[in-house]
Amino acid sequence: MRTRIAYIASNTFREAVRDRVLYNLIAFALLLSGAAILVGQISIEIEKLVVINLGLTAVSLFGVVIAIFIGIGLVSKEIEKRTLYTVLSRPVRRWEFIVGKFFGLAGTLVVNTFFMAIGVFAALFYVSHKFVRADALLLVALYFIILEFLIICSLALLFSSFSSPLLSAVFAFSLFVIGSFAEDLRNFAGMAHGVSRWLATGAAYLVPNFSAFNVITSIAHEQPVAGQLVLQNTLYALFYAAMALSGAVLIFEYRDLK
Amino acid sequence: MPAIEILGLEKTYSVGFWRKRPKRALHPLQLTVEDGEIFGFLGPNGAGKTTTLKLLMGLVFPTAGSARILGREWTDPQVKAQIGFLPEQPYFYDYLTAHELLEYYGQLSGVPAKQRKQRVEQVLHQVGLRDVQGLQLRKFSKGMLQRVGIAQAILHDPKIVFFDEPMSGLDPMGRREVRDLMEQLKHQGKTVFFSTHILSDAETLCDRVAIIHMGELRGVGAVEDLTSSIHGKVEVIWQGTQVPLSVKALGAECHVSGDRVRAIIDENQQEAMVDALRRERQRLIAITPVRTSLEAYFVEKLRRAETTAGTSA
Amino acid sequence: MKPRQKTTMVASACLILSLAASLFVLNRIDQLRPQATLDEVLFLSSPKVIQRASLGYDGLMACIYWTRAVQYFGYRHHNFAASYNLLAPLLEITTHLDPHLVVAYEFGSSFLAPKPPQGAGQPERALQLMQYGIQNNPDNWRLYYDLGFVYYMELRDYKQAAATFERGSHVPNAHPFLKILAAQMAQHAGEYETARMLWSATYQTTQDKQIKENAVEHLRALRVDEDVKHLQEAVTRFGERTGRLPASMAELVAAEGLAGTPADPDGHPYKLTPEGRVEVRVPEDFPFATRGLPPGFKPKFRGIL
Repeated sequence: MRTRIAYIASNTFREAVRDRVLYNLIAFALLLSGAAILVGQISIEIEKLVVINLGLTAVSLFGVVIAIFIGIGLVSKEIEKRTLYTVLSRPVRRWEFIVGKFFGLAGTLVVNTFFMAIGVFAALFYVSHKFVRADALLLVALYFIILEFLIICSLALLFSSFSSPLLSAVFAFSLFVIGSFAEDLRNFAGMAHGVSRWLATGAAYLVPNFSAFNVITSIAHEQPVAGQLVLQNTLYALFYAAMALSGAVLIFEYRDLK
Repeated sequence: MPAIEILGLEKTYSVGFWRKRPKRALHPLQLTVEDGEIFGFLGPNGAGKTTTLKLLMGLVFPTAGSARILGREWTDPQVKAQIGFLPEQPYFYDYLTAHELLEYYGQLSGVPAKQRKQRVEQVLHQVGLRDVQGLQLRKFSKGMLQRVGIAQAILHDPKIVFFDEPMSGLDPMGRREVRDLMEQLKHQGKTVFFSTHILSDAETLCDRVAIIHMGELRGVGAVEDLTSSIHGKVEVIWQGTQVPLSVKALGAECHVSGDRVRAIIDENQQEAMVDALRRERQRLIAITPVRTSLEAYFVEKLRRAETTAGTSA
Repeated sequence: MKPRQKTTMVASACLILSLAASLFVLNRIDQLRPQATLDEVLFLSSPKVIQRASLGYDGLMACIYWTRAVQYFGYRHHNFAASYNLLAPLLEITTHLDPHLVVAYEFGSSFLAPKPPQGAGQPERALQLMQYGIQNNPDNWRLYYDLGFVYYMELRDYKQAAATFERGSHVPNAHPFLKILAAQMAQHAGEYETARMLWSATYQTTQDKQIKENAVEHLRALRVDEDVKHLQEAVTRFGERTGRLPASMAELVAAEGLAGTPADPDGHPYKLTPEGRVEVRVPEDFPFATRGLPPGFKPKFRGIL
């Protein structure tokens, strides 16, 4: 069972790589190095700030786009192209398929982020000529970004299990944007009354809480991140992804592959 | 123990967006396939052949009914390790090579790692795919893809193989090879269940066939029985360029082509015909019982079904 | 169906449990980050940067920043904060993103100028905000009112207040009381009646809950101030007549012919101390009162700095 999931995961990873997904790293590298060089010609104080902000934001956005665009096709494309028939006629359970796809996609993103992280640190070194202790905070920001990816992957997979690629992309992207303002949404909900208060609060709590994962601004100013937050965010990401994956498994379990 | 027992499997789809109309793709089907036989599942396009196969593979869930494969419930995961499936017009991960695909499928089917590589080579050889190392599947022709499909179906040495339209897209050479392969599989003791709408293939290959039309089973039986000579005629072929009078006297229909003459006579006239030819010193080439072709049987069954449907509708 | 049933059960259980768990953890995260939405404001107090980052969705971002401003102030005010450093930047960002968000200016006029814990204690920034508002909304009489309000209440610049109200009264569809207030400023600037008029006007014309509550508190305080002033005058008169202090409130009431037992807006009777001071029973209930408070009474700061 576990090995089948591993095989499916590695095949998904292989597909992403051969799909030339990793070429995005070239675009990223160009963007970051261009910015680093450009910014190196302005005053010293904000160079580092720009590199960190731009670098981390790019890691996050590139990753989200990749996660969504690969994720939405993970299931629906296989059904459409009927590649799924010969897989499911083997002793592979449907849920193993979903879980394997998830790990494959998540793995792709982790590898992608790893290379991007190297790029960010390289750019940072270029503008500051040395590393300081506070730069380790970047690792926390990157870790949070990876946690975000786990949630996005699980959501993309969830939508892919029942919806067309286009709709899945729309849903997933919308949830990303709304989730980035989740804290504000909860504030809004707190100010509403009656039925809409219940509905808004419900929505505000179900939406993925990406705002807590975005520590880019504070890290750029060398503000430490509470250990408690790291723990809670990790737990939240794991639970949320588990929730979305369970949904995907349930939907897929009952789906007729016409 | 029968290899496959279909116990009333049926499938009704709900079609339409607002008012869901039910569409019956398969009426309750009762069918048994014996161990070690080649079974043909015949029917025109849209008859329900693919639906039946998908139900058996667990790709689609039945509205009612069940099935047993090799004595187990068809949903039992252990069954999957012992069956192979070739879908209609298969499509595979086009970014992989044939070797990689089979290796992957071997992993999923639980073929032990030590034997996998060897088995992949073996199976590729068996389906006639050579020199495809490093070639991505997106570059394969239709015929080559069909062979890959067969390869992945037999890779893990299953006891039963399910083929959906295995000859589709193949040229005559290819079809001959597939037929030979199916015979091979039968010799290896496997059961072959395949669907097709090409009757001549079924006629030569199958031990038994079932005919399905508009989701309903119309006939089942051994090919021998279904095509047994009803009218009791024989076909006689001899060397010659004209029909001797004594033969004509038997009232036979004769046909001359080149230096051969063909005549169709009643079974009980066989002796008389042979005598006549010997007297005329004509060289006898062949005497063959005339069988109703499977096609005739098929067409007749379908026509009867449509008439019934017409009168009942 | 057995394996499918098993999968269904496990997946459903997992779904429900992880949903519950994620909500629980989310709650904990929210508690860890009470002011999290204000990260950008802490570090980037230039409204222009935030406007660029909004990618053209200024109106939406203005709404979001407005909500954040209200939350920020409400949370800190509830906890008797000693400072509200981010209120001005938040309101500035909000109005920069949407210069026509009038309620933001109202909020600023009520809460930027007063001293903590009632406000940010930054009347100059309040003035700037109002002026920016008038610049961008010259036909909105409300903003003149808000500006005049700041001059009157916190800066005690009655001349400017009068001039502002006067200007405002010329705006088409201006509320008639602007003209009245202008006149009132000129003659009776320091009187309770004027202050009461202003706070009543604020109360009646605003939609914002917090501003309304604030106005009510001020009106209550005015009542107390007025009552205590009159009572104190009565004590003085008593002293001039009898040469001593009244022994109790009841005696004062009887001697001066006051109507009934004087009580504060909450219904608690005023105290008369042995030293002859008139005091409210519960000073904390009247945060804006300037009279009737025990000597050395300081409003509490409940720990948000």
